[in-house]
Amino acid sequence: MCGIVGLHLRDPELYPRLGALLETMLCQMGDRGPDSAGVAVYGDHRRVPPGHSAVSLLPGDTPVDELAAALRAVLPGEPELVVTEAGVTTVVAAPVDRDALVTAARTALPTARVIGFGDDLAVYKGIGHPKTLAGVYDLANAQGWQGLGHTRMATESAVNPEGCHPFSVGPDQCLVHNGSFANHATIRRELQAAGHVFDSENDTEVGARFVADRLMQGEDLEKALRLLCERFDGFYTLLVTSADGFAVVRDAIACKPAIIAETDRWVAMASEFRALAELPGIEDARLFEPEPERVYVWTREGGRL
Amino acid sequence: MTATVDPGTAPDTATVFDLAKQTVRALNAELHEPTARRYTVLNPQGAHAVAAGVATDLTIDVHGHVGYYAAGMNDGGRITIHGNAGTGVAENMMAGLVRVTGDASQSAGATAHGGLLVIEGSASMRCGISMKGVDIVVGGDIGPMSAFMAQAGRLVVLGDAGASLGDSIYEARIYVRGKVESLGADCIEKEMRPEHAAELAELLAAADMVADPADFRRYGSARRLYHFTAGNEY
Repeated sequence: MCGIVGLHLRDPELYPRLGALLETMLCQMGDRGPDSAGVAVYGDHRRVPPGHSAVSLLPGDTPVDELAAALRAVLPGEPELVVTEAGVTTVVAAPVDRDALVTAARTALPTARVIGFGDDLAVYKGIGHPKTLAGVYDLANAQGWQGLGHTRMATESAVNPEGCHPFSVGPDQCLVHNGSFANHATIRRELQAAGHVFDSENDTEVGARFVADRLMQGEDLEKALRLLCERFDGFYTLLVTSADGFAVVRDAIACKPAIIAETDRWVAMASEFRALAELPGIEDARLFEPEPERVYVWTREGGRL
Repeated sequence: MTATVDPGTAPDTATVFDLAKQTVRALNAELHEPTARRYTVLNPQGAHAVAAGVATDLTIDVHGHVGYYAAGMNDGGRITIHGNAGTGVAENMMAGLVRVTGDASQSAGATAHGGLLVIEGSASMRCGISMKGVDIVVGGDIGPMSAFMAQAGRLVVLGDAGASLGDSIYEARIYVRGKVESLGADCIEKEMRPEHAAELAELLAAADMVADPADFRRYGSARRLYHFTAGNEY
């Protein structure tokens, strides 16, 4: 199973409601994945103020004040940090370059796991029922222009925060997956040989690193996902987000569900319609199911590629 | 289980279920032992298994989009979904009529043995998969892999059909007015004889669809996959 939800807002008037809308969507998919849930929010200024970059962490046993002190000490100029604790996730924002922040986090907190980073992105992971976790993440009060969530029913790897989606392994990139990749071990070895380092045993992480690798090589989301379709065997409905937008793709058999709704104010994707049923203006939305092996991309400007 | 309603005492007006306030479980319990002949269901909001397991000739109108397995196992009900339907609408239907005024998701009418499923919009992938006697009429298009392993019944499509239509089909008959992207293994185009035009006209009339049978082409099994071939060499 597993459930996917994603919301890309075109109308800035809706930005303050992003989290509340996403929470409703996520909770509707609770039955599809009650063991864990992860969320990514783009543009939540409470977590990532303008002029800051952010890194999302699973810090393990390190207390949050120690974590912040250690991180601050290795950053140039020891800037003030914006630290948000949300269950097992901690999001740290700092007025520094994102790569510097990630390097600092890996140096100062070698046992912490980086679960997301970028100029605009906060990623939350945790174990438990999506309804409970939405509260832990304070999703209802999140604001922003884009978000996605995943409710997990684990099949390919353990139920732990590391195995929780979204997988965010490139700057401001996220990938969530419903399904299972069959040849992920082979592709994992190829990517490892090319220098990629993996954080988990999860099959979806391989997909995320594959996409990140292609984007790093200068390809766009559409090309990266076309190549993923060529290279990966298995079942998948994927939602992939970046600083530029929002993309959906399904495998050739397309047995994992997906529905897309589009209005002038937003684009939404979910595993099932019931996740979309409460969105404002849904009654007039264009509703359709994405076709197998066709890549759908929306850019931040609102124009479809 | 048979639930009987005395037509003399049953109320003529529809009993209303509002799924914003009542559960699907309560709705289906009522439909399985009905105290009325007509039901109206409001605010389904994509809920699963709406009006599943109806075993009598009730008239049920569902206003809004439904989720998985709506009207599943229907055995005599006349169920209209005024909206879109999720995966497996009317799956395993035995008898009756299920009408979807919008689009249907995957596996519409899967394994259904009888009755008539009408989808006024389009149906997604695997429409009529393993159909076993149901009649399905689709006003729009059907997705890839439709009528996979179809065993009996008729599938009528006023629009186009996606790739691999009728793969490994047994004895169902398929009528398509528009383009067929590709035929699946052992599915071939067949001659449209007068008896086929006649049954197609009947199906269109039963579905309240207006189309000229002469515009359709017929597809069915080449019957080459009925038996294992002894001469395979590896």
